[in-house]
Amino acid sequence: MINLFNNIRAKIKSGTRISDAEALALFECDDLLAVGELAALANWRTNGVKVFFNVNRHINYTNICINRCTFCAFSREHEGEDGGYTLALNDILMRAAEAVAAGATEIHMVGGLHPDLPFDFYLEILAAIKADSPKLHIKAFTAVEIDYFASLTGQSPVEVVTALKAAGLDSMPGGGAEIFAHEVRRQICPEKISGERWLEVTEQVHLTGLKTNATMLFGHVETYADRVDHLARLRQLQDRTGGFQAFIPLAFQPDNTRVPGAKGVGGVDALKTLAVSRIYLDNFLHIKAYWVMLGLKVSQVSLAFGVNDIDGTVIEEQIGHDAGADSPQQLSKEQLVALIRKAGKLPVERDTLYQELRVY
Amino acid sequence: MLEQIKEKLQLEKPLTREDALWLLTEADLLALGKLADNMRRRMHPDRCVSFVVDRNVNYTNVCTSKCKFCAFYRDEIHPDAYVLSYTQIFGKVQGLVDSGGTQLLMQGGLHPDLKLDWFEDLFRQLRHRFPTVQIHSLSPAEIVHIAKLSGTSMAACLARLHRAGLQSLPGGGAEILVDKVRQKISPDKIGWQEWAAVMREAHKLGMPTTATMMFGVRERLEDIVEHLFRIRELQEERGGFTAFIPWSYQPGNTELGGEQASGVEYLKVLALSRLILDNVANIQASWVTQGARMAQIALYFGANDLGGTMLEENVVAAAGVDFRMSREEIIDLADDAGFVPARRSTGYEVLETY
Repeated sequence: MINLFNNIRAKIKSGTRISDAEALALFECDDLLAVGELAALANWRTNGVKVFFNVNRHINYTNICINRCTFCAFSREHEGEDGGYTLALNDILMRAAEAVAAGATEIHMVGGLHPDLPFDFYLEILAAIKADSPKLHIKAFTAVEIDYFASLTGQSPVEVVTALKAAGLDSMPGGGAEIFAHEVRRQICPEKISGERWLEVTEQVHLTGLKTNATMLFGHVETYADRVDHLARLRQLQDRTGGFQAFIPLAFQPDNTRVPGAKGVGGVDALKTLAVSRIYLDNFLHIKAYWVMLGLKVSQVSLAFGVNDIDGTVIEEQIGHDAGADSPQQLSKEQLVALIRKAGKLPVERDTLYQELRVY
Repeated sequence: MLEQIKEKLQLEKPLTREDALWLLTEADLLALGKLADNMRRRMHPDRCVSFVVDRNVNYTNVCTSKCKFCAFYRDEIHPDAYVLSYTQIFGKVQGLVDSGGTQLLMQGGLHPDLKLDWFEDLFRQLRHRFPTVQIHSLSPAEIVHIAKLSGTSMAACLARLHRAGLQSLPGGGAEILVDKVRQKISPDKIGWQEWAAVMREAHKLGMPTTATMMFGVRERLEDIVEHLFRIRELQEERGGFTAFIPWSYQPGNTELGGEQASGVEYLKVLALSRLILDNVANIQASWVTQGARMAQIALYFGANDLGGTMLEENVVAAAGVDFRMSREEIIDLADDAGFVPARRSTGYEVLETY
């Protein structure tokens, strides 16, 4: 065990990447602090004492979805179903305007795969938001939604993204990745696009010059080996395109979902996963803690475990909360800055592309 | 400085107040955590993480102390004010026994009318009806209050309660053991030396006790250090403390208000507690105030115990913080973190491992 840690420490210091076997060994070991120390070292070399955050707002334009992923408590089958909705363009514009008034620099917009909305609807939203607020960065649509739009229009993902970009799309979030392994997807989201397709669409998006994030939903039926496989495929794609900005491991929330036997993610597993991600993904600049799913305390502690990015001042987040996430609905900038400072780090407000807007 | 502290710990030499303050202000979270984790591994090489199946019964919420940080107390005339009857208490303890529980942690407000005989009678009956349940009850503030109300000395009061069946005392009411802080947050409560006197007396009578600390209540870091050293020094006298439980003040529904301490602050204080209290066997993680995830992480920052399953908890819940954990969840929590879950008695004897 000491050998494992010493070898990895040497690799981090010399900028050499760790192997899949080493990543697996880190997941399996029970020395949380040793793993944390290595992750802190890796992060220190890349990001020093800086911790990024941005002021953003999430807009989930519809929860109507043709997929029935078992881990999701957000989706509804149709508007008639209890709690089913699709936002009107005006509602979306109003929320975007409120966000700008509150100092947001980014809108994070994702939704279910709606059976009836035409592709034009999405182009209209983007154009309308941009017309209202030309400086607002629109980070929208996962690779899953892009693939869906491609099948709706009969166009390629590249053509779809080109059209979306022209209408105002600035970057994409990393959702829909879950766990790439077939056997896991077969159990938790059989109707969703495959891991290979997610990676393929993402690669094409990167080649158009658009940046995206990447995620991993963990703590359900997957094994440590599945997690390493997922990270490996992301690392490989990043080597080819360099288009990923941040990696966000998402802790599975079991309430109101249909994944049998899955208990969710404990504090130790959450920290370890963030830490191993930091060490393994040497070609990703940012590892992000999504406080909505992890809670504020664990997210703050994770800043000592290799994390250098805390996701935003999220207003009215629904997806994580529908599944029982036990965190506030929103966090003020002042609270975030204080949280980061108390962890001994330097809070830096960023825009979506990680330009530093203000150091606190 | 870190190197000097590391050396002292390796040689099992005690740390000073200066060392403690340095750790709290300058040490990196992981470095501090590692020192505490090493000490925990040394003191508990069996990798057991223990817990007790218990119930917190609050016999009354009527309280004359009215601490500013408390959301639980009520005035006697308040519609929510209550005093449990013996029958109600027996019902609750029966529920505890039915769940395989072994500990009754009974605490309440400082009621203006409940005198010594009310408690003696209750404890005698509890011992008779529920011989398998340990009565781990009444904090020092209550002992002092009951003695005054009943016209007896604190020592005599404690002795009588002990004879009636009281077996150990929980460590509550410690808050911060520095009078300047106590005067600000709970001016009508006993001072730190009175708290210590009750514990000293309990230990003399052969009653083990725990000790707590409620921090994040506008104390200085020096006050946290002083609190830890006062417990340590008290422990040197008779070794009667079985465990120490630090936990953070919860501001909801209280007069004092404010914010609660952050996760990093909790872990630092917990880790420091493990290091300074090298003469106290057990350090408990507080899932009640921090939630399950942080409690699990705490097992790597010096904690080796998860407290009680708390079939019932009302005091912290009154501040709007109501994390709950079942026995199975506590066992899973310890197991998932790589430890051996162990159900224990109030006296920290292992009853069952999983």
